[in-house]
Amino acid sequence: MSRRTSPVIPGFGLTLGYTLVYLSLLVLIPLGALFLKTTELSWAQFIAIVSAPRVLAALKLSFGTAFAAAVLNGVIGTLLAWVLVRYRFPGRKIIEAMIDLPFALPTAVAGIALTALYAPNGPIGQFATDLGFKIAYSPLGITLALTFVTLPFVVRTLQPVLADIPREVEEAAACLGARPLQIVRHVLLPALLPAWLTGFALAFARGVGEYGSVIFIAGNMPMKTEILPLLIMVKLDQYDYAGATAIGVLMLVVSFILLLAINLLQRRIAYG
Amino acid sequence: MTTASLPVSANARATTTRRGKQTARRLLIGAAWLTFALFLLLPLLIVLGEAFKQGVGTFFTAILEPDALAALKLTLLAVGISVPLNLVFGVAAAWCVSKYEFRGKSLLVTLIDLPFSVSPVIAGLIYVLLFGAQGYFGEWLSDRDIQIVFAVPGIVLATLFVTVPFVARELIPLMQEQGSTEEEAARLLGASGWQMFWHITLPNIKWGLIYGVVLCTARAMGEFGAVSVVSGHIRGLTNTLPLHVEILYNEYNHVAAFSVASLLLALALVILLLKQWSESRIARLKTGAQP
Repeated sequence: MSRRTSPVIPGFGLTLGYTLVYLSLLVLIPLGALFLKTTELSWAQFIAIVSAPRVLAALKLSFGTAFAAAVLNGVIGTLLAWVLVRYRFPGRKIIEAMIDLPFALPTAVAGIALTALYAPNGPIGQFATDLGFKIAYSPLGITLALTFVTLPFVVRTLQPVLADIPREVEEAAACLGARPLQIVRHVLLPALLPAWLTGFALAFARGVGEYGSVIFIAGNMPMKTEILPLLIMVKLDQYDYAGATAIGVLMLVVSFILLLAINLLQRRIAYG
Repeated sequence: MTTASLPVSANARATTTRRGKQTARRLLIGAAWLTFALFLLLPLLIVLGEAFKQGVGTFFTAILEPDALAALKLTLLAVGISVPLNLVFGVAAAWCVSKYEFRGKSLLVTLIDLPFSVSPVIAGLIYVLLFGAQGYFGEWLSDRDIQIVFAVPGIVLATLFVTVPFVARELIPLMQEQGSTEEEAARLLGASGWQMFWHITLPNIKWGLIYGVVLCTARAMGEFGAVSVVSGHIRGLTNTLPLHVEILYNEYNHVAAFSVASLLLALALVILLLKQWSESRIARLKTGAQP
């Protein structure tokens, strides 16, 4: 490996070596074991495991609810980022500090709190019961739990970008006769979209893998409200290591493809 | 349109847009408050409400019970090992990424972030595949009577995995922004490598470091999925606080579950305060750097 800058600054070999050894021992070799384990299965066996109806139902549920939660976050995250950056109002500092609560709060705590809130007899859940539907123990509850744990992503990626857009650009557009909606469409949207997609992708990726907050509120009914990570747990409890591994690999591959697609979309928006 | 009426209509339009802007402002702030109350404040209040439902006495019984204390001890142990190790790793990784140019650098940065995009359950699973009874090293370990999975080392390993990126991720952009001129000057004036690090680099990155440590601690303390896979859920032995909450909850001991949960909530609020504080220090450093 060649290095170019700062020959006077020591420690290249030491720090790079340490970084590589640490990452290899803790992350790369263990993840390699996951893929090595799948090679013990033949293609036919692998396909049989991942195309079982229960796995497909969990796959649809996990990716569907994570997508819905990321979209919901795209909306309320944009609202919160906009209000926090553009306006000064009473309580702004409290909201600003509390946005990160979902990252600081253990997900199990979030899980039982949201379940208490949205359960059929809970403070919010009972309204849903009156209207004849369920929030907790349904995909809607899973979506809301994922929305909670991934809430900071969109807000925190949008805030710095929003703060960097000079107000003069909007004012200039307004002076030239643009209506508010035109300003949003032609000035704000193009500037914010790449960061918005980043936040969306982070929330989505986290949502797909999330376990702690979901298992309490989901109800965990096979075929109905069972998420993929839980299915891995179920297989592990049955000592079905090959099955658990196959589902794990499926999850990693599907997430990777989706994130790659979002990345490509982002580049197309940013450069052309 | 006559020339005389033009300024009037433009003026009128300006007034309506200003009035429209005021209404929009109020509506948006109201909506933000509502979202905040519904999504963040309410879950927080319900934890406290449920915890103290039967008074302060039951709350203290729940958090002072031996199993809860053992869980607290294990959580502190996992935090105490994983945070310092990831701190040293974070500094080393940020150092080689921000001070030098080399091939494969962006790949390295992607690898550092990798644990963030792996489901915690998969993080636990990979250690079971390696060190579990049927794992690749399972036989070797059992011959030597070493237990990693379903024991404390597994919990520490899983916690380490999920918290790898935090410190590195905060330091890399900060150190890239600061550049290396100060370090180069120190070297040219005769400082040794370590002198340069302790006297120049460390004071510069101090607040970023604290910020990363705070985030890392929060995740290490609260990790559930990864730890749950490798724990084996042995009460008093391999239960962390979040796992203890789960067990109590599943036993329908809701008051105790929420009591322990409110302890974790209190820790989370402390973490938010520390985070806010280190963030404001970083912001002050940045504005101080460019007068």
